[in-house]
Amino acid sequence: MSRITKFAARDPGPLARVAGFVAHLRENGLRLGVAEAEVAMAALAEVEAIHPDDSRRALRAVCTGCKDEAERFDDLFDSYWMDMGRVRQKVVPSPSSTISDDVHSSRDAKGEDAGASGNATAPDTEEGAADSDGTGKLIATQQRNLTRKDLRDLVRPAEIAEAEDVARRIGAALRDKRSRRRIAARKGDRLHFRKIMRQSLATGGEPLRLLRKKRPDRTRKIVALCDVSGSMSVYAQVFLAFLAGLLRADTAADAYLFHTRLVRITEALRDKDAMRAIGRMSLMADGFGGGSKIGPSLMRFADTYAKRFVDGRSVVLILSDGYDTEPPQMIAAALEKLRKRGCKVIWLNPLKGWADYAPVAEGMAAALPHLDAFKAANTLADLAALEQELATL
Amino acid sequence: MSWNDLKTALAVEGYVASDDLAVALQLALSLGRPLLLEGAAGVGKTEIARTLSAVKDTRLIRLQCYEGLDAAQAIYEWNYQRQLLTIRAAAEDGETGKQVEDRIFSRDFLLERPLLAAITQDSPPVLLIDEIDRADEEFEAYLLEILSDFQVSIPELGTITAVTRPIVILTSNGTRDLSDALRRRCLYTYVAYPDRATELAILKARCPEVETHLADQIIGFVQKLREEELEKTPGIAETLDFAAALMGLGIADLTDDPAVLQSTLTTLLKTQSDQAHITPEVTGRIAGKAA
Repeated sequence: MSRITKFAARDPGPLARVAGFVAHLRENGLRLGVAEAEVAMAALAEVEAIHPDDSRRALRAVCTGCKDEAERFDDLFDSYWMDMGRVRQKVVPSPSSTISDDVHSSRDAKGEDAGASGNATAPDTEEGAADSDGTGKLIATQQRNLTRKDLRDLVRPAEIAEAEDVARRIGAALRDKRSRRRIAARKGDRLHFRKIMRQSLATGGEPLRLLRKKRPDRTRKIVALCDVSGSMSVYAQVFLAFLAGLLRADTAADAYLFHTRLVRITEALRDKDAMRAIGRMSLMADGFGGGSKIGPSLMRFADTYAKRFVDGRSVVLILSDGYDTEPPQMIAAALEKLRKRGCKVIWLNPLKGWADYAPVAEGMAAALPHLDAFKAANTLADLAALEQELATL
Repeated sequence: MSWNDLKTALAVEGYVASDDLAVALQLALSLGRPLLLEGAAGVGKTEIARTLSAVKDTRLIRLQCYEGLDAAQAIYEWNYQRQLLTIRAAAEDGETGKQVEDRIFSRDFLLERPLLAAITQDSPPVLLIDEIDRADEEFEAYLLEILSDFQVSIPELGTITAVTRPIVILTSNGTRDLSDALRRRCLYTYVAYPDRATELAILKARCPEVETHLADQIIGFVQKLREEELEKTPGIAETLDFAAALMGLGIADLTDDPAVLQSTLTTLLKTQSDQAHITPEVTGRIAGKAA
């Protein structure tokens, strides 16, 4: 019995099947254009397309573009071409009508609040505490009412601007003061003897003016990693707005999303149009949800991107609730590895804003010893309040 | 030429390619598309280009990318010193400005850098663009233009169109995200660490003098070592170094002399923490399993 998918008799032929396969890949998140279908056909003509393995290799070379895609390709190939002899009714999927170009966020697209499933964020499963709005249980903040909303209605241009402002202030608070050399400054903490001596020559060797010097502030590079797993979905929007603001305010910043995989979103968020950037990121974020593998994601970050983007002047912000499906030792190991690069690690946990929160989640407990700071953050106001605390790091 | 023939031809030159790689390479040749190879350091990405040029009996033109690489170093540059000298000499001979200008902006005064050299060869060369992820994003965009049109515009000289289309191979260690545009234009293959049989074949091809028993042990040892938690996993180049070191020391069996084995690990472990992590006990355990 052949494992190969049978195609319906009315299906127009190999060309349509390959086009259908490309559409199948596209539906599963591979970025393929029309030209790829053409190249795929040309490639199949070059190999013995009768042999499934040859076709698989040829299509893999054409249709994948990174390691991640190459790893997923086998499953996608099997699900289309090797469907245990089942008959595939329709090779070309009808264009879906649900996606609209002018909708910027998933929330608007559904016309329904993402927080409808807000229970997932609950630290405990008792009724009430898990209420998606959550006000009253949150520790009070002094920010304007606008920013008190629990992070879901946030992705509006005005609020991105707000987030941008917060991000800019946090960026400014995170100055690195560890420079070894001091430079001349009006209000320095030490006397600048060389300058004093030089100037004293003008007054016959009498040091009349005392000049000062201080350690210059160096900018820190902020690297933000945001958890967008199911349990974080209520908070995801605010953090995403924060990330958008951060990347707009600080050209050196870097941002990632993770749930069960790690995705770099810096490029998407650098879009000139703020709302389009959010839209692009939402598309990337929407594909996820579901499980969270914090440990493996952080480990992957430490093993790959961190080697290039994280150094002693970096601050790594992790925005996550710490609910991990993987063994907690992995988080500890990843953070330890990250710390070895000399960076500061700050964990912002939305659940910490709840009144009786204790970091009992295994992952969170394992992470604690490796953190420079562990703070609450579930509204923009919280993020804004971090400014002073971060300045003292 | 089917991909099996290509694979055999590569094997003759001493490169053992996986089936995936051979198919991708064959497609790159027949479709005339660049091939992007990604993978950890030391899995033979650069070597494939070298071997391919030997198989095709053409020139290998290599462009090593680095941060700050610009068009002047990658495409072309005018030979300024020579131009200056010519202008000096021309002034003494009393040549007119127009004549001098025509002369100093001719092909004689053009220093060809790899990309220009690659498109002006008579027979299609292999163009290896090594570690593209190290180059800046601006350069990547420029490279795209050349890879799609195969022509270079020089303002003083006009457009130089490719005489022959080079076989382009790009390699990347995956440290930076390459742009989607570049990935879309290329065929893609991820080169993984070889499995046991492949690596054994590579060792046999490269170091035929290693005896079968020792070769088995060496490959078993390295394969087991890759499973350990290492900062820098040893690649194929390291395996070959390791084999050469053992041959040089005249070792016939890995389990014979633990002290010597431990000292040869310098060929495999390239960071201090890895060397500290693989203690003599660990080495003994791995060697015992491999034997």
